[in-house]
Amino acid sequence: MKPEPWAAVVVGAGPAGLMAARTAAEGGLRVLLLDAQPTPGGQIWRGAAAGQQGAAGELLRDVASHSGITVLSGAEIIAAEAGGQAHTLTVTTAAGTTAAGLRQIQAERVILATGATERFLPFDGWTLPGVVGAGGLQAMSKSGLDVRGQRVVVAGSGPLLLAVAAGLRQKGARVLAVAEQAGWPGVAAFGMAAARLPGKSREALALAAGLLGVPYWADCAVVRASGADQLQSVTLRRGRRELTLDCDYLAVGFGLVPDTRVAALLGCPLDDVGAVRVNAWQATGVSGVYAAGEVCGIGGVDGALLEGFVAGCAASGQIERLHDAPRRAEIQRRFQITLERSFALRPALLPMPSPQTIVCRCEDVRHGDLRGFTDWTAAKLQTRCGMGACQGRVCGPACDTLYGWRFEGVRAPLVPLPLAQLLDEPTTLSPP
Amino acid sequence: MPELTLDGMRVTAPAGTTVLAALQNAGLSPLRRSLGGESRGALCGMGSCSECRAVVDGQTVRTCLTPVRDGQDVRRLLAVTREA
Repeated sequence: MKPEPWAAVVVGAGPAGLMAARTAAEGGLRVLLLDAQPTPGGQIWRGAAAGQQGAAGELLRDVASHSGITVLSGAEIIAAEAGGQAHTLTVTTAAGTTAAGLRQIQAERVILATGATERFLPFDGWTLPGVVGAGGLQAMSKSGLDVRGQRVVVAGSGPLLLAVAAGLRQKGARVLAVAEQAGWPGVAAFGMAAARLPGKSREALALAAGLLGVPYWADCAVVRASGADQLQSVTLRRGRRELTLDCDYLAVGFGLVPDTRVAALLGCPLDDVGAVRVNAWQATGVSGVYAAGEVCGIGGVDGALLEGFVAGCAASGQIERLHDAPRRAEIQRRFQITLERSFALRPALLPMPSPQTIVCRCEDVRHGDLRGFTDWTAAKLQTRCGMGACQGRVCGPACDTLYGWRFEGVRAPLVPLPLAQLLDEPTTLSPP
Repeated sequence: MPELTLDGMRVTAPAGTTVLAALQNAGLSPLRRSLGGESRGALCGMGSCSECRAVVDGQTVRTCLTPVRDGQDVRRLLAVTREA
C-alpha cells in the first residue's frame, strides 16, 4: 500500500473539524478532512445542508468549495502511529459500501476533532430495544427516524438532555418528561454560567420556549426500564416516590466522554478527566498533532468552533490571525469546568445495577460477573468484558463510573474489520 | 426515492436517511439477538456501539452509518449466533 502524503489531516467533520480544516486551508495547507459519518456536520450539525443560513451552512459550504480541502466521508481511522516528520493514519472506507479497502495516509500535521461519545450506565432493562442514547435518538431522528407521536422520556444528566428534548419535540415527538440526576443548585449554577457567555442567553431562551409544558425534574433517578421484547415503560425515582411512565423510547445518557482513541494511538497525553491535554495553541504533547473540540473537554459548539480556529491557525502558522482567540478559548474552558461541576454524577442518583444487569452488552457480561475484579484488564481477561464489537466504547466508560476502572490499552484496529481487509495489508497494524 | 428490501419486505425510504432509520420506520426495531437470545436494538445511533449491525448486501455493517441505496437487501441478525 503506497502512503498518500498530505500537509494536514483533520480527523472529524463536526464544528471543530470543519473550522480547523477551513482555517488551515486558508493558510495554504492542502487538507484532507476525514469523517466516519456519511456526510459532514458531526452530531450537532448532522443533516445540515450547505445551502442553509448560519454557521453550519456557511462552514459546510466553504469546506465543500475550497480547492485546498478534500473531504472523505464514511472513513474511519483504524490505526495511527506518530512519526518524527509525518504521522501515519490507516483508514478504512468500507463502512456502508461493499467496496472494502484500506488507505494509508501520511500527514505532516494532524488535527484531532474526534468529538465525544455518550456515557451510558447499565440498569435493569437498558438492553431493551427502545432504550437509546439521548444523543443517539437525536442522531437517529436527524438521519430519518420518524418520531412523530412517539412517547419519549429523556433521562440522565447534562444540558444535552434539554437540547435533545427540544429537538425531538420539534420533530413531533411527545416528550413526557426530562429527568436530570443533578440537583437544582447544579442546574442553576450552570444556567448562570451559560447566561454570562455571549449568545448563550438567546439559545437558552429558545430552548426553554421549545420545552414549554414538558416537566423537568432535577434530583431524579432512572430505576429500571421494562418490557417483554421492546421497551414499554420506564420507572423513575423522585425523592422517596417511584413513578412509572409508559413510553416508546427512553432516551438516556449520563454526559459525554471525549473520544480519545486516535489520540491514544498517537501517544497524546490526557488530562485528569480523560480529555486530550492541549496548550493555548491547541497543540497536544505530540509534535505536529493538534486537537480541538470536545476531544479536549465537553463544552459545546461555540468552544469547539473557537478551538478549531486556533488549531487551524497554529497548524498552518497563521499566528497573526489569532488575535484574542486563545483568551476567548480560556473563557470557554472555564465554562467547561462549571459544566462538569454542575452535572457531576452523584452515586446515589445513578441507576443501580442488580447482579443480573448486563454491563457489557456485546458479550453479555453481567454486573454480578464483575464482582471481585479490581481493574479493567483482569476483568477483560476473565470475563470478555469490553472485548466485543464495540471494543469497550460502551462498557468502558460505564466501568469507569461504576467501578473506577480507567479504560486503557487502546489498540488497533479501532473498529472491527472484515478479515479480508487485514489479509490484504497485514503490515498496517502494529503487533499486539 | 430509493427502494430497498428489509427482511424480504420492499419499502421505500427517502434518500439521505440511514438503513437504521428505514428499519425502525418499518417497525423493525429489534435488530439482533444477544448471545443469551434477548432482543437488542440500536443504542448510540452514531457508530460507537455496533448494536445496530445488520447484513446489508451480504456484509455485516453498522446500519446507523449506512445510507439507504436503491436495491439494497437488508437482513436483521435475529438468529442467535455466537458472533465474534
